[in-house]
Amino acid sequence: MIYNLYIFNPDGQCLYYGEWNRTKASGLSSDEEYKLVYGMLYSLKPFVTRLSPATSDSFRYFKTDKYKLTMYETQSGTKFVINTATDWSSNVINNILHTLYKDVFVEFAVKNPMMSLSE
Amino acid sequence: SSGINAEWPLRPGMSINKAPVNGTFTRSGQPIMEVVNDPKAYPLTVSFGRGKIGANEKLMLASTFHSLYAISSKISPVEKSSGIRMMETDEFVLHCFQTITGVKFFIIVDHKQTACEPLLHRIYQLYTDYVLKNPFYLIDMPIRCELFDQNMKKIIDQVERANVYNSATLS
Repeated sequence: MIYNLYIFNPDGQCLYYGEWNRTKASGLSSDEEYKLVYGMLYSLKPFVTRLSPATSDSFRYFKTDKYKLTMYETQSGTKFVINTATDWSSNVINNILHTLYKDVFVEFAVKNPMMSLSE
Repeated sequence: SSGINAEWPLRPGMSINKAPVNGTFTRSGQPIMEVVNDPKAYPLTVSFGRGKIGANEKLMLASTFHSLYAISSKISPVEKSSGIRMMETDEFVLHCFQTITGVKFFIIVDHKQTACEPLLHRIYQLYTDYVLKNPFYLIDMPIRCELFDQNMKKIIDQVERANVYNSATLS
């Protein structure tokens, strides 16, 4: 079960939000919610770096008791964030996100001359 | 040059010529810069590393995690979600257990470590036995209870012995 998907550009703006089986609204306006999600991921980065025993590390996913949030960050800093049911395997999710990036985002968004990637 | 991260200061735990360093002094009390600037000391081996996390930094990291935990519950697309139970990065896994009173225990382990939930429960048990029942302990203050530390060490040693056993029998 996929709940929702966010795509953020490197500056933190939400380029795309999709929702499928979401049953609970966050109680915030869309803009506020996007900022909160991005802010959480932004704070997670130094947290992970500081705690990690290795020299460089990046966050992959987290699970609560009800959903799993997976993040896929491209080299250019675009972040794909997807919330799914907890039992989904990381391999499956990462494949989906990678395919989404390669075959959808790059093809139709990046290569689209009419689309500006800062909004 | 090779393998040195520019952000890493020469901090406790790092070494010069294999002798561990304490702040900006070597163990024998000599300022490090003196050693580095003295041509007679070369060739010199200096090792850098991520510094030990100080007490203040621990508090900051814990607060950050507390907020992340709360946010993860708030942005949930599904009703009644808890906060982060488990988080995975390339190099480690973090498990968190929140008690009914809101106290959070979180542990950082490698990908091979199993049975983290029971471990967290056992540590919670230690907390209630050796910290909360300690009449000299003040709630919400840093824990400085000897019995807690001793028993924590025992549990961790047990886990590590089990890890060695498991890796020996599986290989």
